[in-house]
Amino acid sequence: MNKHLLTLYITGQTSRSEIAIANLRHLCAEELRDEYEIKIIDVLENPQLAEDEKIMATPTLIKELPAPIRRIIGDLSDKEKVLLGLDLRRRK
Amino acid sequence: MNQEKSSLTVEKLKTGIEGFDLISNGGLSKGRTTLVAGTSGSAKTVFSCQFLAAGIEKMDENGVFVTFEESPLDICRNMSGFGWGIADWEGQGKWAFVDASPDPDIETIEAGGYDMGALLARVEYAVNKVKAKRLVFDSLGAIFDRFSDRTIVRGELFRITASLKKMGVTAIMTAERAEEYGDIARFRVEEFVADNVVIMRNVLEASKRRRTIEILKFRGAYHQKGEYPFTIMPDEGVIIIPLSAMELVHSSSTIRITSGNKELDNICNGGFFRDSIILVSGATGTGKTLVATEFIGGGIDAGERCLLLGFEESRGQLFRNADGWGRNFVKMEKEGKLKVYCEYPESASLEDHLIAVKKMIDEFKPDRVAIDSLSALERVATVKGFREFVIGLSAFIKQKEIAGLFTAVTASLMGGTSITEAHISTITDSIILLRYVEMYGEMQRAITVLKMRGSMHDKAIREFNIDGQGLHIGKSFRNVTGILSGVSQQILPEDAGRVEELFK
Repeated sequence: MNKHLLTLYITGQTSRSEIAIANLRHLCAEELRDEYEIKIIDVLENPQLAEDEKIMATPTLIKELPAPIRRIIGDLSDKEKVLLGLDLRRRK
Repeated sequence: MNQEKSSLTVEKLKTGIEGFDLISNGGLSKGRTTLVAGTSGSAKTVFSCQFLAAGIEKMDENGVFVTFEESPLDICRNMSGFGWGIADWEGQGKWAFVDASPDPDIETIEAGGYDMGALLARVEYAVNKVKAKRLVFDSLGAIFDRFSDRTIVRGELFRITASLKKMGVTAIMTAERAEEYGDIARFRVEEFVADNVVIMRNVLEASKRRRTIEILKFRGAYHQKGEYPFTIMPDEGVIIIPLSAMELVHSSSTIRITSGNKELDNICNGGFFRDSIILVSGATGTGKTLVATEFIGGGIDAGERCLLLGFEESRGQLFRNADGWGRNFVKMEKEGKLKVYCEYPESASLEDHLIAVKKMIDEFKPDRVAIDSLSALERVATVKGFREFVIGLSAFIKQKEIAGLFTAVTASLMGGTSITEAHISTITDSIILLRYVEMYGEMQRAITVLKMRGSMHDKAIREFNIDGQGLHIGKSFRNVTGILSGVSQQILPEDAGRVEELFK
């Protein structure tokens, strides 16, 4: 299995940010075992990074690797959709 | 009471867009958000870019452009035709983009609750980076199209507007409209976005495009009401033509100037007034161009600068005509006293003609202007558009305190009025009618001064003829009635005498 590189953009330490982080960690541990790396970027601290990546909504999860690049917005509470977005589930 | 009054006077931010500051009584509400709504192709993006460009060029105020549709590169390219060096300004830290344009390669999935915190953070970052005073959001509809949950988008836009207010930037948000006369904007954004609404229209009227701008509401501030025509010019952008917003400040002069014809001066009690508008109306061939030519010639003889605008005949024809009446236009132009400008009415829209004429008047600084003929311009416009053109032009000429002579063609050979007259007669200070009169199986010409504001004038209808020296006014048609209506009738000399007795 290819290693997953995932970047999560959040806006400050809000409850929504925390839910998203927890959801992501939980899901990765369950589905990807050790084959992943998570980067968390707070756009309030790094607005230029958000500008470069054209992030509009937060939280936004970007799957940088493996290709293709995919974006998932929201607090990741809809697990099935997240798995679909990360190509860990076949599309119907 | 005092408090109420002060809350009614919202401070304005001068936009620097020609005409807009006039119709908005000083600009956009400072520190507030204004919604600019329009159908696709109504020049919303041009207007918004100009708002920022004018800020940088004229007011030394930097701007942020948040784009949801076109990429920054496309905007730079599309706007370069207006002479705005956006890319340079970006380099100098005067202009910043927040690029929220869609990327077709990236697929986005929604999984759970979200907000627009990142967008807001980017906007705040850009505003702080260039110390922006102005901001543009182009366009709101595009945000709605990108996210499935409209309630979230609404709430977030509301939050963004509120924080823009806190940052103290004056903002424009654009929004799409489905039709020219209907809902203000899609998704009813006007309800939560802005206290101020401006509508831009691009209406198809009798197969002609007519652009207008209207300030629908400015909460707590005064503005001019109704639609104002505007045009888009290369190197300049949006130019709004304020018509009724023009103040009637022109002073009235009592100085008389010559019409270029002694006999005509006589029946006008010594000539036209310095800053008056004269309408010469008549059927084709009655001598309108001659009156215009003499008007120009008379001005040049008096050492004035003259501008002749021909919309009917070519330069060659106008010069030959003038030559035939003993006026040498070639020499006058060489001496720099005269400028003759000929253009087909169809070569541009009426708004563009108006701006071209205004520009020429500003540059050449003539003492008198003649237009031959105004009615030729009727062809290229709707009735409404033509009326606005005439009013706009007359007001401009009066403001410059120069004399203007317009000719108008009547539709019928005998009698009748022209549409031009109907629109212009109340604006003009003097009206001269030229008419054909049928007498004893022969066509004669008649001239009369119908009105002359602020002056006595000869009330008689006089015959006149044209020869190599120009126009010669003769005696009055004493025993003919119905000349102006086109149904002339002989009356007996005794009857004429009796009528005269009655009015003595």
